[in-house]
Amino acid sequence: MENPRTEQEFLEHVQAGGVVEADDWMPDEYRSRLVKFVEMHANSELMGVLPERDWILRAPTLQRKLALTAKIQDEAGHAQLLYRIVEDLGKPREQSLADLISGRAKFHNVFHYPTVSWGDVGVIAWLVDAAAIISQKALLKTSYAPYARIMKKICWEESFHILHGRDVVLALVTGTAEQREMVQEALTRWWPPLMQFHGTRIPVEEDPTYLWRIKSQANEDARQQFLDGYVPQIWELGLELPDPKLRRRDDGVWEYSEPDWEELRRVVTGHGPATDERIAFRKLNLEETEWVRRVVLAEAA
Amino acid sequence: MPVWEVFRRERPGQPFEHAGSFPAPDATFAEVYARDLYARRNESQALWIVPRDAVVEIEDFPEETDRSYRRVDGYSLKVRLREARERAGSLPG
Amino acid sequence: MSEQARSRADLLLPIADDELIVGWRNSEWTGIAPFLEEDVAFSSIAQNEIGHARVLYELVAEELGTDPDALAFDRAPAESRCAPLVQLQLVPDWGRTIARHYLYETADAVRLEALKASGDAAVAGLAAKIDREEGYHRMHAEMWVDRLAESDEGRERLEAAVDELWPYAVAMLEPELRPALAERIGRDLPSDKLLRVLERGVALPELEELYDEMTMVRRLAPAGRW
Repeated sequence: MENPRTEQEFLEHVQAGGVVEADDWMPDEYRSRLVKFVEMHANSELMGVLPERDWILRAPTLQRKLALTAKIQDEAGHAQLLYRIVEDLGKPREQSLADLISGRAKFHNVFHYPTVSWGDVGVIAWLVDAAAIISQKALLKTSYAPYARIMKKICWEESFHILHGRDVVLALVTGTAEQREMVQEALTRWWPPLMQFHGTRIPVEEDPTYLWRIKSQANEDARQQFLDGYVPQIWELGLELPDPKLRRRDDGVWEYSEPDWEELRRVVTGHGPATDERIAFRKLNLEETEWVRRVVLAEAA
Repeated sequence: MPVWEVFRRERPGQPFEHAGSFPAPDATFAEVYARDLYARRNESQALWIVPRDAVVEIEDFPEETDRSYRRVDGYSLKVRLREARERAGSLPG
Repeated sequence: MSEQARSRADLLLPIADDELIVGWRNSEWTGIAPFLEEDVAFSSIAQNEIGHARVLYELVAEELGTDPDALAFDRAPAESRCAPLVQLQLVPDWGRTIARHYLYETADAVRLEALKASGDAAVAGLAAKIDREEGYHRMHAEMWVDRLAESDEGRERLEAAVDELWPYAVAMLEPELRPALAERIGRDLPSDKLLRVLERGVALPELEELYDEMTMVRRLAPAGRW
């Protein structure tokens, strides 16, 4: 349908696979849900930098140092692309950043946890990015066309992150006993947040972002895809997962212990183990560099 | 801060395609940033950057009277072709 | 060890060590630069520097029969040949960061010019390659210097930072190259007395700390692969 002008027409348009551009008419609810969704994605990329950047200094070889720096650079770049989308929808970047540090805006659960060892670096780059890329591939079909277009660039760049992460893990599992223990411990610790990453098993009919086709995949589908793709790869390395119920049924569906949804809710509403420290870091960083933006903007105005 | 639109050509012979946008204080900053945002992996053979204000957008194309004479769908040869073939006796059967 | 090998190590290790440490210092801004577009650009510069350190270490490692990672990480801080200029931790001060970036890139350009004229073909060739990539760094540094200088606040901060870091930058170069740097920057050379305490071989407390953290993972499995 060309140019939907009512909420009903718009809904039919997106549900039939129609796309929406930045200056098309859109219902207020679509716009506000879209802003919230993309902003959360942008915030996640920006906050995702923090758990990992400490390890650039500590990287054990030159190649790892470069790869990790490049990965984090990509994440800053992705945040840039995503905040741009939000800005073109009417919310300036400074406002998004202010909401992030005041706790009004959210970011994904995995970025609220501390990193403890080099094992974490491998597990995050491999499995957290793998979980993310599954959602991101589904977003290639989002109804909002500018978002779909940048997802192409994001997916392309993230593919090297997973290879780098898996390479780090492989080096550890084929290394000394201490290295093997390090990566196993990291995996055991990261598994619960990974299981929570794709969200609750909310059916699509009850998921507003799905109704508007902002999201085009059910949470449980994403999680099943993740398990199907990556559990065999984890097990084949001789690594263990801390879930005795985890198994693949004959019909292809993966069974697992119920994730702690209460933990997810607590973490995502700003009560994760590293949340306060990271938000404080961001806040301080923004304050310390405020003069630069002021000086640059003043002349550019 | 002015916003700059980026167009990139992936390989020689290909057209430039719109790739995204970013804010930058001036043309020098814009050139530096475009290089890193859109070509740090040598994924672009060439880039054009243009201030958003310089882009003229045209989206309104009124077609109220029939202009199908300019298009392929304005020509259906089926009926006349059949008649001509019959006359020339070239119709099978 | 051959004469040529010894002098290659002597010639190139200081530069490699400088590039490694300044590359690290610049990458400290990854994820926290004043704005996101700058974050991505500055991180590329940091990666280039570490990449340059890597190719320089490779050339030296070939001659010494070791590997680049061992040269980068397995020497004690006291053995590092890096200059005090790069040891300074300047995050979160963007003014001082740009001042160092500008001074370092200019000094580096002066020494690369000299290296490109080296009688050692491998060294001259590598210097030319590195110099071509560094053109972009100089453009970036000059861009920021011009931008900051346009406002009173920016100019004040920048001038104070350049005043502070100028002796460090001069001390980074061999004495015969220092006049060229003074000419490019348009400043007088500081006194020898001041320069002596800032020369290569001086390890600031920051360096010891940095090396400790930089090698903490690697030391867990020294013979291991990572």
